[in-house]
Amino acid sequence: MATETIERKTLGKVRPHQTQNEGLVFEKSSPGKKAYKLPPLDVPAVDVASALGAAHRQEPAALPELSEIEIIRHFTRLSTWNYAIDLGMYPLGSCTMKYNPRVNEFVARIEGLAEAHPYRPEAQAQGILEVIDLLQKCLIEITGMDTITLQPAAGAHGEFTGILLARAWHESQGNPRKKILIPDSAHGTNPATAAICGYQVENLKSNAEGGIDLEALERQVDEETAALMLTNPSTIGVFESQIHRIADILHAKGALLYMDGANMNALVGKARPGDFGVDVMHLNLHKTFSTPHGGGGPGSGPVACKKFLEPFLPTPVLYTKEDGTKHWDYNRPQSVGRVRAFYGNTGMFIRALAYILANGPDGLRQTTEDAVLNANYVRKKLEDLYELPYKTPSMHEVVFSDKRQAAKGIKTGDIAKRLIDYGFHPYTVSFPLIVPGALMIEPTESESREELDLFIDAMRSIAKEVEESPELVKSAPHSTRVSRLDEVTAARKPVLRWRA
Amino acid sequence: MRYLPKSDAERAAMLAEIGARSINDLFSVIPEEYRVRRDLDVPRQQAESEIISYFKAAGQKNATDYASFLGAGAYRHYRPVIIDSLVQRGEFLTSYTPYQAEITQGTLQAIFEFQTMIAELTGMDVANASMYDGSTGAAEAVLMAMRVTGRQKAVIARTVHPEYREVIATYLKHRDLPTSEVGYLSATGRVDLEALEAVVTDETACVLIQSPNFFGVIEDIPAIAEIAHKKGALLAVSIAEAVSLGVVRPPVEADIVSMEAQSFGVALSYGGPFCGVIAAKEQYLRQMPGRLAGQTVDADGNRGFVLTLSTREQHIRREKATSNICTNQALVALMATIFLTVYGKEGMRELAEQNLAKAHYASKTFSSMSGVTQLFTESPRFHEFVLQTDEAPAMWQKRLLEEKIVGGVELCRWYPELENATLWCATEVMPREVMDAAAKVLAAGLVEA
Repeated sequence: MATETIERKTLGKVRPHQTQNEGLVFEKSSPGKKAYKLPPLDVPAVDVASALGAAHRQEPAALPELSEIEIIRHFTRLSTWNYAIDLGMYPLGSCTMKYNPRVNEFVARIEGLAEAHPYRPEAQAQGILEVIDLLQKCLIEITGMDTITLQPAAGAHGEFTGILLARAWHESQGNPRKKILIPDSAHGTNPATAAICGYQVENLKSNAEGGIDLEALERQVDEETAALMLTNPSTIGVFESQIHRIADILHAKGALLYMDGANMNALVGKARPGDFGVDVMHLNLHKTFSTPHGGGGPGSGPVACKKFLEPFLPTPVLYTKEDGTKHWDYNRPQSVGRVRAFYGNTGMFIRALAYILANGPDGLRQTTEDAVLNANYVRKKLEDLYELPYKTPSMHEVVFSDKRQAAKGIKTGDIAKRLIDYGFHPYTVSFPLIVPGALMIEPTESESREELDLFIDAMRSIAKEVEESPELVKSAPHSTRVSRLDEVTAARKPVLRWRA
Repeated sequence: MRYLPKSDAERAAMLAEIGARSINDLFSVIPEEYRVRRDLDVPRQQAESEIISYFKAAGQKNATDYASFLGAGAYRHYRPVIIDSLVQRGEFLTSYTPYQAEITQGTLQAIFEFQTMIAELTGMDVANASMYDGSTGAAEAVLMAMRVTGRQKAVIARTVHPEYREVIATYLKHRDLPTSEVGYLSATGRVDLEALEAVVTDETACVLIQSPNFFGVIEDIPAIAEIAHKKGALLAVSIAEAVSLGVVRPPVEADIVSMEAQSFGVALSYGGPFCGVIAAKEQYLRQMPGRLAGQTVDADGNRGFVLTLSTREQHIRREKATSNICTNQALVALMATIFLTVYGKEGMRELAEQNLAKAHYASKTFSSMSGVTQLFTESPRFHEFVLQTDEAPAMWQKRLLEEKIVGGVELCRWYPELENATLWCATEVMPREVMDAAAKVLAAGLVEA
């Protein structure tokens, strides 16, 4: 009987397993419990009230009071409620959820690196400066660009920096120009970035293949166009084969080609943006270069560019003296200024360099090839059941639509939720916007054939369920701690903090 | 390559199933002339042991065994061991942004707890899930105030961290109205209130100050709030040293608080990743940048958490979003949450009091040496202080380095008027012997001179 029950519950690669209930940390608190012990003070205590006067805090913040074991259990229990790459395939398109090597974490915590204060004298910081220098050189080689800044803290911050570089260059030519062209397939960060940099956003409609419409581009580019923000491969996973024509059209009008490097995992070791006409681009170290997503960050968004944009890079810029020592150059009169305090998310630089060293040139190329192989394999195995809106060859990700399933009343979001019951994280839902009901799947190189086959089986099984028992899909997930959450109420009456 | 889970035979079989003759078939869409046909010029593939040796050597070159009085926006505090034990759990480390709420309740509840703790500490109603760092957070706070007020001009105190001010200048460069700076009084190191009153107008969106400010001095927040509010401007307060909130009164008169939470258990790591956060009065919620976790219920009435109010954000609102921020500092915010849980209500006060005591001892000991004067002594301070020396800092810095001690940061690079002045910091991890030794070195030069 018991065996039967278990078997009935097994689905795909998972079987339900208990998780512990756990309240909010504040609900577990009781006065007088402690998880800390400070060493005895080796200097005289200070009368705080008289030292601070009116600035003295009278009422301590209502922070929780717990013992150490309770804290360990609290956060461990919470952690078991999460899906993670370490548990299985995470096919989020555009997000590049690849394996996060543990040696990266180990080396980022080496004392001399983790404990380095940003204002320590440069003579005492040569080790970390050499790490930064080597990473810069590697990324310049990988992108085929001339120079780089590692200062931006994430991809969107890199976009901001890159568009500021473009703006500064146009200003140096006498006119900052007015607009940025953005394809309708672009990430939401692109238009948001252009707006923050003081530009009007002009939408560029995709052609029938989901790529850039060269005629439309030619019509829309004029002397007031500062740049085109292009994702290549595009968000439907397609390489812009006319990329050099795109660059030529822009350059003929003095406009620049900005590349959103979110999809660089399709190109490393196989093609270099610097070779195909890109003037400025950002990278996401937390996508292509394996630094962990950590539940939403930290990221790192280096910006690489051509020589003519170098004078405008954010301050400070790293340089090497004749004696081989590394230093920061703060005297950059044409710089766009700083985009972040200190030098960037240095801890992420260490991790990304560890990844590059672990791969070498052969590993980087093989990684890209496997990423593209995996996406094409998934495409091949699912294209009979799911609508492929663009038949153009796929690179590292494949985008289906829910057209056939929607006819049965099942949307991409429902299929995504059902995928959870099969033991997978959903793919990216309803993006890019040019594909109605998009299922955007990026397996990355980190998936074995076995895991891919399980994913394919799950997707095929769901397609069958859509035909035979659509309610099962519509009300998914059925195996999670919580069922679908009421997002409408959450937004209408926001409860954003606990109160006693 | 050891991270890739495929044998060559499996690759060949998969290619056959796809119907491709070779892997390069799958790249044929890339025009011939742009295909890389050589090995990239990066170091060769290395064993794990080689990678560790490389970074250990780099760490050693960084001179690890120095004591340091550096602060200035990046603070050395003790980091409880369980922070790294917990954040290295793969379920936190290797999870994405929690858009799929049913399988990311762990991250979502932790963010909700973080938001609550930050709101409690800062005296604000709500806090977001994090920003990149204190500098970009301060810039976003100014932009938020501009959206709330519909005004285009900011007034920024010169006592705000100089690098934060540089970042704000970059963010505001393309605005219609220029940003004004307001100076400090040389006796107190605090914002010059008369000058502030003169510069705040009906066009001012916000006054941005920092407290404790860059000199470690605690600003008179009620007085500054009154000046700002009188003209309908908001008060935005930047906090670079979050541990101060254990003993320093929170800026309850502020409308927006932008805080750098690095002090809550985050390694210095040569300046990042750190953890910014924006907190505010509830009425400004809809103009807040960044992600927010909110409480709700599932279909069975169970409590659960979701990312909410996303119509403010770029993935929905595109060019009309409150900010272009997407990726934030989630894992670092988790470190801060664990740190705050470890210290708790009593521990935060006790920790902050130890910092206060160490800095008082250090400033008293140093300034009792002849040729060393402490500046801004009239004002309350937290754990940083400014010293002015008769001798040029380069002289005694050199002697300190010989004793394996890094002294304070020179201020004249940002404040030319503060000649021979340096900013020092002493936290709870600074031993008394090091302070005594540093004082002797400071005094030694004068004997020789």
